[in-house]
Amino acid sequence: MDTVSPLERVLRGLAITVVILFFMFPIVWIFLMSFQTNETILRVPPSVVFEPTLTNYTALITGKLETAAGTLEIAFMRNLWNSLFLSTASVAVGLLLGVPAAYAFGRLKFRGSEDIAFTLLSFRFAPPLLVLLPLTIYFQKIGLADTYVGLIWVYQLIVLPLILWIVRGYFEDIPADIEYAYRIAGHSWFSTFRKIALPLAGPGIAAAGLLAFIFAWNNFIFALVLASADKQPVTVGALAFVTASGIQYGQVAAGIVLSIAPTFALALYAQRYLVEGLSLGAVKG
Amino acid sequence: MSLKLTDIVKRFKTETVLDGVSLSVGRGETLVLFGPSGAGKTVLLRLIAGVVDPDGGTIEIEGRDMDGVEPEDRGIGMAFQNFALFPHMDAMANIASPLTARRTGREAIAETVGKVARMLKIDHVLHHKPKELSNGQKQRTALARALAGAPQILLLDDPLRNVDAKLRFEMRLELPRLLRSQDATVIYVTQDYKEAMALGDRIAVMNGHGIQQIGTPEDIYLRPANIEIARLFGDPVINLLDVVPEAADGSGGVQVRLSDQPVALVGGYAGTVGTDCVLGLRPEAMRFVDPGTPGAIPVEVEAETPLNEKTVTLTLTQRGREIMVSRPSGMPGPDQGTAYVAVDAKDALLFDRATGQRIAPGAHSPALQEDVA
Repeated sequence: MDTVSPLERVLRGLAITVVILFFMFPIVWIFLMSFQTNETILRVPPSVVFEPTLTNYTALITGKLETAAGTLEIAFMRNLWNSLFLSTASVAVGLLLGVPAAYAFGRLKFRGSEDIAFTLLSFRFAPPLLVLLPLTIYFQKIGLADTYVGLIWVYQLIVLPLILWIVRGYFEDIPADIEYAYRIAGHSWFSTFRKIALPLAGPGIAAAGLLAFIFAWNNFIFALVLASADKQPVTVGALAFVTASGIQYGQVAAGIVLSIAPTFALALYAQRYLVEGLSLGAVKG
Repeated sequence: MSLKLTDIVKRFKTETVLDGVSLSVGRGETLVLFGPSGAGKTVLLRLIAGVVDPDGGTIEIEGRDMDGVEPEDRGIGMAFQNFALFPHMDAMANIASPLTARRTGREAIAETVGKVARMLKIDHVLHHKPKELSNGQKQRTALARALAGAPQILLLDDPLRNVDAKLRFEMRLELPRLLRSQDATVIYVTQDYKEAMALGDRIAVMNGHGIQQIGTPEDIYLRPANIEIARLFGDPVINLLDVVPEAADGSGGVQVRLSDQPVALVGGYAGTVGTDCVLGLRPEAMRFVDPGTPGAIPVEVEAETPLNEKTVTLTLTQRGREIMVSRPSGMPGPDQGTAYVAVDAKDALLFDRATGQRIAPGAHSPALQEDVA
């Protein structure tokens, strides 16, 4: 296929550049903003030429926000840690519960299995606020409000259906004969699950876990309602930058850069698995 | 009996796949399940293996009812048509899997696997993953895995289906020896009648929800239960001609007319006179003869297909019916145009046209039989 004319090549390159610019511009702009003070950000007309400064990052890391109205305590690093902990723990719990469930839904066609699987997926359809209000009241009654356990539990609403449905597709793609062969060779179903199904669905489980991690990381509303300051993740913590003396754009940008960095790195690292994980099951090979 | 199936019924949703299948196989015997695809052969194997449960009937292995017995507890080895190798394990681990299940020691495993692998000539690829193996090696690995556990019952689901012709031929020669050395009860599924004839102590022909005939390869070939089975065995397929038997003049026997030439039927077919029948003539039951030979049937030569060991000639009778005649290669054939064929009447089969069932000759006319012989 080397019959592409020079003109076509140029046009193609142009098109790709436009697309990349369109999608990458906000991220690049935020990245640039994170090295500027509020004054340089807000000047008219805006310019990409500025004196870079690290004050935003030092403010976030030391937890001292200097504003026109004085010094403000912020807990950004604490929020970052909360994000990391909540997401990791949620995904771990989600995998622990979701992978065996996915196997059951994929392999054992029991009565009502489709309905149950769909019900679990339907958690994703409901507006979160609809669930959150009654849940807040329950949680306050049973003492789960503002606890990590409570948050991780609620995060399963995001994490579990995702893991369940992606991993299920992977399990279904493993030819049943391979598992039968292992059973006939004399191994129990549990050993077949561990030695055959799990390793073969490995890439799918990794992709599902990764995606679930990103979704959990980006969650805002659950933590906003159910957690107080010391348990809030970065998504909620960023609200602290809206101060009495105005929005601290520089710090917001630096906060965003810091908070997307882990998921960005993870996604880059596991890009291959992600694409595979999302497309597999859709296309039967 | 090593394996006994009684009245097995299996349905998938509303479709009945197996309807009352009964079968028993003795220790050390090789039974071939033969039939076209969709006949339920693979389902039957899966029922025996225990990965699918029957809707009715009982399966006994060594006299023990297998109802509720898990696949891992049945003492079975199985080779799948699609090989079903474990893709993340090397050939060694694949073959060793029946042994690891029994917590056999490392050295014993290495020894057994080595032995089986040498026997199947795959000992040089034991450390390759399935995707690095050729189709033939995959097939042998799957077979080795089934054999490694020295199972009492060996289920082979069309193991030669996905390998090339050369290997299939080799394995067809090798397998009987291999299977005998195992002293196991073997159920072998195939769609290839030559494989069935070469490997089976007995053949069970499956078609339409069940077993239509069980017998030795010779039985099935020479005395097929019905037209369908007669058509399934033999290459080229048997010639089938609509006939109405009539009483032969004088001799008291029965004859049919092919292109107005009377062909006497051997055996007691007296009851068939005047009924609609189908005459089955295997291509090798006919030969070309010189013009003027008594009873020779004139035919038009249409086309000739030389196969390796035989030559098949397609001919047309005077009524335009196609007849295939085969002869061993090297024997002179007919020229173009009109030729004459004679029929070996003792090899002719007669079927009821309405039911398709073969009409077995009665034993009450030995005189005629001697006459022709």
